[in-house]
Amino acid sequence: MEMQLIFFYVFAVLSVGGALSVLLFRSPVYCAMALVGTFGFLSAIFILLNSEFVAAIQLLIYAGAIMVLFLFVIMLLNLRTDKSPGLTWSLPKLLGVAVSIGILSQMIGVINSPAAKIGPKDIFSPQYLDEKGSVKVIGEILFTDYVLPFEIISVLLMVAVIGAVIIAKRHDTDSGGEG
Amino acid sequence: MIPVSHVLTLSAILFTIGVSGVILRRNAIVVFMCIELMLNGVNLGFIGFAYGMQSMTGVMFMFFVLIVAAAEAVIGLAIILAIFRNKGTVDIEEINLLRW
Repeated sequence: MEMQLIFFYVFAVLSVGGALSVLLFRSPVYCAMALVGTFGFLSAIFILLNSEFVAAIQLLIYAGAIMVLFLFVIMLLNLRTDKSPGLTWSLPKLLGVAVSIGILSQMIGVINSPAAKIGPKDIFSPQYLDEKGSVKVIGEILFTDYVLPFEIISVLLMVAVIGAVIIAKRHDTDSGGEG
Repeated sequence: MIPVSHVLTLSAILFTIGVSGVILRRNAIVVFMCIELMLNGVNLGFIGFAYGMQSMTGVMFMFFVLIVAAAEAVIGLAIILAIFRNKGTVDIEEINLLRW
């Protein structure tokens, strides 16, 4: 078995383990740490799939920015006083999990069926990307074919920032101040 | 060469773990982390397709999913913060004002 495949299986098992520990840990801080680990292992898998830039973005944005935001909110809420149990089992929830596992088995069946043959469809082979530089290719496509989604997504980000500020702002109704 | 079907299987497993977390957990912040996990499973699927088809479309979609996930995390955490200020809890079983 070649080295790439061995590393893929190792990181796949590690990331599934990290995801399961997000599901099972009781403390939100432990969940956040397990999620950071999962993101790290996924970024390793992205490197194995010839997407080095995506791996770097994954580490910077997910593990670096989003999870720090989560940890700040956990710290701000001081959830140590929260006595709710980690997992609760009731019949509707068990039913939901059973349905999702059924859908998972269906998906795995479809993915591994012989009809689902995925072969090279475009010119971006690993050799081509090595030759031109994968970041350069990504930038060229992003600012030519995908320039309209790019602009729209930047407006979306700005709206999200303004919305977050307005929602999370403390409304002082008794002091009579503005806002 | 990693088989694309194995990448997609891992992606489906991660997505299902995220769905189970959303169904089972009661802490709103952990529910949010599980949604991030689902989005990451989808991202892995996109990258797997881009790898198998030697195309860049999957990478582009992965970027946009990533940015939407970031915006969603910011707004969602702000909402959780506002709910905690009003009700003093983030237990989604106790936040049932809009429940039938």
